[in-house]
Amino acid sequence: MKRFIGFVKKEFYHIFRDRRSLFILFGMPIAQILLFGFAITNEINNVDIAVLDHSKDATTKEIIYKISASKYFSIKQMITHEADIASVFEKGQVKAVLNFENDFSKNLINDHKATIQIVTDATDPNTANTISNYVNAILQQYQLELNKGTTTPYQIVSQTRMVYNPELKSVYMFVPGVMTIILMLVSAMMTSISITKEKELGTMEILLVSPINPFQVIIGKVVPYIFLSVINAIVIVLLSIFIFHMPVQGSLFLLGLESVLFIVSALALGILISTISKTQQTAMMISLMGLMLPVILLSGFIFPISSMPVPLQIISNIIPAKWFIIIIKGIMLKGVGIQYIWKETLILLGMTVFFIALSVKKYKIRLE
Amino acid sequence: MSISVSNISKSYDAVKALQDISFEVKSGELFGLIGPDGAGKTSLFRILTTLLLANEGTATVAGFDVVKDYKKIRNSVGYMPGKFSLYQDLTVEENLTFFATTFGTTIQENYDLIQEIYVQIEPFKNRRAGKLSGGMKQKLALCCALIHKPKVLFLDEPTTGVDPVSRKEFWEMLKRLQQKGITILVSTPYMDEAALCDRIALIQDGKILQIDTPQAIVKHYPKQIYNVSATNTYELTNALKAYEYSHSVYPFGEFVHYTDQRSDFNPTELKAYLESKNLSDLVIEKTKVTIEDTFMELAK
Repeated sequence: MKRFIGFVKKEFYHIFRDRRSLFILFGMPIAQILLFGFAITNEINNVDIAVLDHSKDATTKEIIYKISASKYFSIKQMITHEADIASVFEKGQVKAVLNFENDFSKNLINDHKATIQIVTDATDPNTANTISNYVNAILQQYQLELNKGTTTPYQIVSQTRMVYNPELKSVYMFVPGVMTIILMLVSAMMTSISITKEKELGTMEILLVSPINPFQVIIGKVVPYIFLSVINAIVIVLLSIFIFHMPVQGSLFLLGLESVLFIVSALALGILISTISKTQQTAMMISLMGLMLPVILLSGFIFPISSMPVPLQIISNIIPAKWFIIIIKGIMLKGVGIQYIWKETLILLGMTVFFIALSVKKYKIRLE
Repeated sequence: MSISVSNISKSYDAVKALQDISFEVKSGELFGLIGPDGAGKTSLFRILTTLLLANEGTATVAGFDVVKDYKKIRNSVGYMPGKFSLYQDLTVEENLTFFATTFGTTIQENYDLIQEIYVQIEPFKNRRAGKLSGGMKQKLALCCALIHKPKVLFLDEPTTGVDPVSRKEFWEMLKRLQQKGITILVSTPYMDEAALCDRIALIQDGKILQIDTPQAIVKHYPKQIYNVSATNTYELTNALKAYEYSHSVYPFGEFVHYTDQRSDFNPTELKAYLESKNLSDLVIEKTKVTIEDTFMELAK
């Protein structure tokens, strides 16, 4: 055990003294998340919108005034017919249309409730989302002023309609994807590099001709990276919650467990790569080409698997990342429990066991 | 017997690295494997340290079979590979501590064994191993190989790339370690180091040419060697090689080592021949046989 702790300690020295690996370990996850995060929470300014005002009364005028007075929107056009909504979008003149119902003011006073429809162009889902949030914020503000001193509050109901991409499918997609990539990269590439480094520098020779068991060497290599990967996963989740306001619907505990499972499978892959490569360069190339590309292209992270040609769809099944993305999407976005993702978990578990068995079998206790 | 090798052969694809090698190293002996690069020294070391499997033959180290009992061998030998194989990003002290821990011991426990060597590098104990000089690196590597008090020590070309002073110090250390009862198998391409071993095996192209004490090897050299020198060594070598009675001609430092085919060789005759070849400042004198001469003779 002392032997093992000594080994793990040595690994940490290696990691913390190598600027390059430190950067990959901690700089990259943060940079990636921040890049994606800022790309998505991009503030909007002077967005062109159109207004379709069916009631044309004092209240709607006031709301329109408030909206055009904000720095976020500029009212480009007043339209008069429902049919015009489609045409202004098609021409690409505006990003959103505000549609006030008939008798807006009257409804508000009589029923204490009036409805406004916010139609946004969701080809760019992030902007669409942001626009609707901003409009809502202005409406809320207005409502607050309106309700000052009244017992029965007036309520403006906004209905948001996203056209062209109503489910906003890709919005929160990147967090599971980036998390998968980072965990894969840190776990598989860094382990395979650190093992081949020992081979390349000749220290593996000394480690082999010593009482330390080859499996202790492997476990000793893997433990620091499990630890660092878990930290990375936590950082990613925290950043996405606080910077990107991504909701994590499901159990964080389950998310943690599944992540550890995926990390272990990636580590096993890393060990496997190290058994077939002699130099760090080779290990890196194999990790990048053999793991990163499939993870990015075939896991469903960027390109939906259902729209791939059938052969690629079949190939995508053997990529652990695909299953992990399904799992964490389920947990983070849909908030499902294990009963909905047990199948994927089982597949991932099976793959992990397979990779571990294979790398143990391929692991050499001698030099060749 | 500390090391016993019988009929070991090893080939990599078409290259025969070792062919039918057999020898024995006694307990407490300092045994040298002498041969040029590519002779198969490293392959032999790797087989004996259980890193490689031989194609044929058997070997035991400290009484353990290199194939069956490889784990026991790994527990009881010290190995210093030819290439500097310590962690360059760890300090001197961290390297030593790491290897001590790996071998289930501590620096304090076996400090007496490494003390003499370690005091020389101790001033640099907080320096990263990668930033040490060649000689220092080798001393540190030796410390790391010794930290667990091995029964047998394998040193693969420990002095290659080390300055002459450090080389001398290094061999003095080996002598002292030997006195502590450690069997040492050392390889070197430097013939002058061979004389410092108890026994040596001359090895070339994967074959052992001769095994004996350095003194006996030199003594058994069949001919008298002459140091020949002239102003133009290149011309001299060519002239000697062209001489009808020449047996062997090797450049050796500032001289050319020459042996004649005849037993009643007369240097004046050779001098006359060389003068006829327009060589000046000729010196021809008897010299002592070195291991290198023997090696060249055997490798012919």
